[in-house]
Amino acid sequence: MLDVTKKTSDKIELTRHKMALILVAVAAVLMVLRYAGLLPEALFRLPEAMIPPFAIWLDTIFNFVKDDLGLLKLTRFLTGGLEALLDTTANLLFGKRRWPNLGPIPWTSIAAVAAVLGYYLGGWRLAVLAAGTFVWTALIGQWKIAMETMSVLVIAAPVAFVIGITLGILAWRNPWLDRALKPILSVLQTLPFFTYLLPAVIFFKVGPTAGAVATIIYAIPPMILMTTLGLQKVPEEVVEAGHMSGCSRWQLLCYVYIPSARQEILVGVNQVIMLCLAMVVLTAFIGMPGLGAKLLAMMGSFKLGRSFEIGVTIVLLAVTLDRMSKAWVVKQPAHFEKGTPWWKRHVMLLLAIAAFIFFVIVSQFIEVASTVGRKQNFSQGKELDNLIKGFLNIEVVKSTTYFLRAFVNVQILIPFRNFILSIPTPAVILLVAAFALWLGGRKQAVLAAMFFSLVALSGWWDRSMITLYSVISAVSIAMLIGLPLGIVASRTERWSRRILLVCDTAQTFPSFVYLIPAIMLFGITDIAVIFSILIFAMVPLTRYTIEGLRAVPHEMTEAADMAGATRMQKLWKVQLPLALPTMAVGFNQAIMFAFFMVIIAAFIGTQDLGQELQRTLAGTDLGKNFVLGICVSLMALTFDLTIMKWASDQKRALGLGE
Amino acid sequence: MTQQPVISCKNVWKVFGSKPEAYLKTMPEGHSYDEISADGYIAGVKDVSIEVSRGEMLVIMGLSGSGKSTLVRCFSRLHEITSGTIEIDGQDIMSLSEKELIELRRNKMGMVFQSFGLLPHRTVLENVAFPLEMRGQDKHTRRARALEVIKLVGLEGREEYFPRELSGGQQQRVGIARSLAIEPDIWFLDEPFSALDPLIRREMQDEFLRLQGLLGKTIVFITHDFDEALRLADRIAIMKDGAVEQCDTPDQIVLHPATEYVRKFTEEIDKARVITAKTLAIAETKGTGEAVSADATVKQLAKLLVHDTREVIPVTEDGIIIGGMNRTDGLTLLLEAD
Ligand SMILES: Nc1ncnc2c1ncn2[C@@H]1O[C@H](COP(=O)(O)OP(=O)(O)OP(=O)(O)O)[C@@H](O)[C@H]1O
Ligand SMILES: [Mg+2]
Repeated sequence: MLDVTKKTSDKIELTRHKMALILVAVAAVLMVLRYAGLLPEALFRLPEAMIPPFAIWLDTIFNFVKDDLGLLKLTRFLTGGLEALLDTTANLLFGKRRWPNLGPIPWTSIAAVAAVLGYYLGGWRLAVLAAGTFVWTALIGQWKIAMETMSVLVIAAPVAFVIGITLGILAWRNPWLDRALKPILSVLQTLPFFTYLLPAVIFFKVGPTAGAVATIIYAIPPMILMTTLGLQKVPEEVVEAGHMSGCSRWQLLCYVYIPSARQEILVGVNQVIMLCLAMVVLTAFIGMPGLGAKLLAMMGSFKLGRSFEIGVTIVLLAVTLDRMSKAWVVKQPAHFEKGTPWWKRHVMLLLAIAAFIFFVIVSQFIEVASTVGRKQNFSQGKELDNLIKGFLNIEVVKSTTYFLRAFVNVQILIPFRNFILSIPTPAVILLVAAFALWLGGRKQAVLAAMFFSLVALSGWWDRSMITLYSVISAVSIAMLIGLPLGIVASRTERWSRRILLVCDTAQTFPSFVYLIPAIMLFGITDIAVIFSILIFAMVPLTRYTIEGLRAVPHEMTEAADMAGATRMQKLWKVQLPLALPTMAVGFNQAIMFAFFMVIIAAFIGTQDLGQELQRTLAGTDLGKNFVLGICVSLMALTFDLTIMKWASDQKRALGLGE
Repeated sequence: MTQQPVISCKNVWKVFGSKPEAYLKTMPEGHSYDEISADGYIAGVKDVSIEVSRGEMLVIMGLSGSGKSTLVRCFSRLHEITSGTIEIDGQDIMSLSEKELIELRRNKMGMVFQSFGLLPHRTVLENVAFPLEMRGQDKHTRRARALEVIKLVGLEGREEYFPRELSGGQQQRVGIARSLAIEPDIWFLDEPFSALDPLIRREMQDEFLRLQGLLGKTIVFITHDFDEALRLADRIAIMKDGAVEQCDTPDQIVLHPATEYVRKFTEEIDKARVITAKTLAIAETKGTGEAVSADATVKQLAKLLVHDTREVIPVTEDGIIIGGMNRTDGLTLLLEAD
């Protein structure tokens, strides 16, 4: 019986692949016709006249909702509370003149509390990291801008957490809500961040509130997903024990479900914090002050030394927040022996309070302990600038970057871009559909065709293709470097661990900082764009390659050894095929990251959707902003759906399970 | 004795699958377990009718997957049954509202779970006090009570530990303590002693016997261990494929197995440990000399049976001679073992 099903599935595969080939053939015919000059213009690009004015429609809808339905009033009313909270933290952290007018808290106090918290969560090393981060920030003279960023973060993250966990619980209780939320969440996760920013600005005024709202919305999806996941994983018997103890529904939720799902919920918290940080930095684009804004300004005026220093601050903050929240995930409550006095039970809390008060008092007498003045900081911006310039002027470096700019750009990238732009729209749609059909299946192919047709209808086809071109080139180069790196690293346990640690750490960096080395090396060019995407996308590729290869069961490699396979044979015939589904997940993530980064890189000056998106921020082109954002999202979703389907099919076929 | 049974269940079915109610309605009469499986459903509990009276200890036995836990979950309405009725103290539990059900569980029922079901984020003390907390008892009373039962199960000094800091047997004792804390009238124990060492196991058995004798608790007890069953049971129910094959006193099950399956299942039991003098006593013969107690098992009488020379030994119950047992019958049973 098994045989029969296998045969029929083989047949389906065959026709599927044949169909894909037919699609490719049709696309090829279209291309040939185009190059021969025989293709009517209407089949090359959708005529302007046929493009529906989506932007205007959307604008009309927005205006209707905003003004006629009074949503604007509602949102501005709702954010009153948020604004008050933001003002409070702004006062406490960097002394904005608002209630409670107590701040700013001396930096030494914050660093000391961070150290105690770090020690509590993860021992000495975390304490040093946490304290070190804050000391660095203060001494380098970036305390105020860092606190501007933090003041939004400390409000946005908890709010996102509360909303996310509430929605997660509701979605878990109500299957229909879960079904409704799932597709929305996957679109939200692929929407470029600019699309979050503009509505926030329009509905919530420019300023910290808009930034906070965009950040909150951006960080909610993973919290919802992790909450539902955690709640579903609570063991049945624990729940039943709750029932038998006579819990009411509410008690069951508060005392049984949520505490039992602690681990997943905390993983969600970690993700919320990291996404918030990444987004807060990006709110620089709508003029929010803070680390991001400063970095943007410094990069804009090509002050690489200062940019570098700010980059280090952001990275340190990211690593600290990540390590601390991850340590919290794994930290399990430990018991105290009976009769432990209460001060011993709360020794860490007391210590933190004591340290805080101590430094507050100290800073009353010693000015530097409170704020590091302009002249007192150790910023080496100028010197670093010279150093970087010197480095770039070294003959080898110079010739390499020149070679990359001249050769790779002119000989490979630009022709490739022109080629993509020369393909008729219907041919691209057919090719993408063929790709989805080959890897995914009928459903994926139909969706792919639909999504790309929508992109064509949006009227932003050429810019979308340039976006796609950047993504494809960057991911291809990232594969050329990332895959071999992963394969080599996976050979030994030690190197695997090291590289994975690097990847883990790199993944926590807010994407913005990846621009710094790109601009340093290549200035403001196409290559810099590709380069920044490339390093960003390489992280998941390398990481999943290592993880996939390391997860190949030992019996299988041993069996290959016993069969007398050489290392190469073993790699190609046994390890890679088994690791491929996992690697595909990494590939998918790389593409998602690339779509994300390409939009940010627009800052450098590209001609793709990102550039246009950024322009909409200046005006208040909400409709256009949305159309552009959705173009990016649709393209990203096409890849996501197809590759993930392939990976899960493949995993099932190999019996690896999910 | 016409006392109302505490638990009374009639034609209870619990079918697992996509649309169990609809399936059960259309299912032909007398469909077997395998036929149901072939239709893509699992008969967790299959047409079970059983009554448990006040103060009784019913032991449920059966192979793994035979539906023991499922049946007990139906009793406590952790599962919604597919068809049939279950009455607790004369009240149909399927008709209870959520609130009434919570009240019932808070006040009358206790359960020990097969894999403990401890709350991972609470200390031993907090776990044990949990049902009391749900009832709304104040902190001091519940703490005092929890400490009391923790001591009873021998976990003194570990009150502040978290479940993951305990061994399997210790965790199981926390589960037992938790159910003891509220002293329920009806107790569901799903392999409560499976992870305990023989010594503590025996202590726990004694403790439950004591409580049952003292307070007239009704207990439904699942075990894989025949020794345990024999020590504790008033009646034993033997399950197979979701159905109760036989439910009777231990000696009846051993002497008169209702089905071939029960006979096979009980084959290993040393009959001499189950069968009492009363069972062997024949009313027509009285015998002479010193009498033996009706409750004594053949095993307990082994020495006497071997050394005595009488053919017939008198058996007394409550001071009255109810008959005589043939010494050879007893000896035969003794020798049959192993
Ligand atoms: N929630 C459920 N969904 C589907 N099937 C279930 C569910 N719970 C139990 N079953 C099935 O019902 C049958 C009886 O399970 P049950 O747990 O009652 O067995 P058991 O007699 O307690 O076994 P054990 O001695 O191993 O504890 C099994 O075949 C099991 O697969
Ligand atoms: Mg069971």
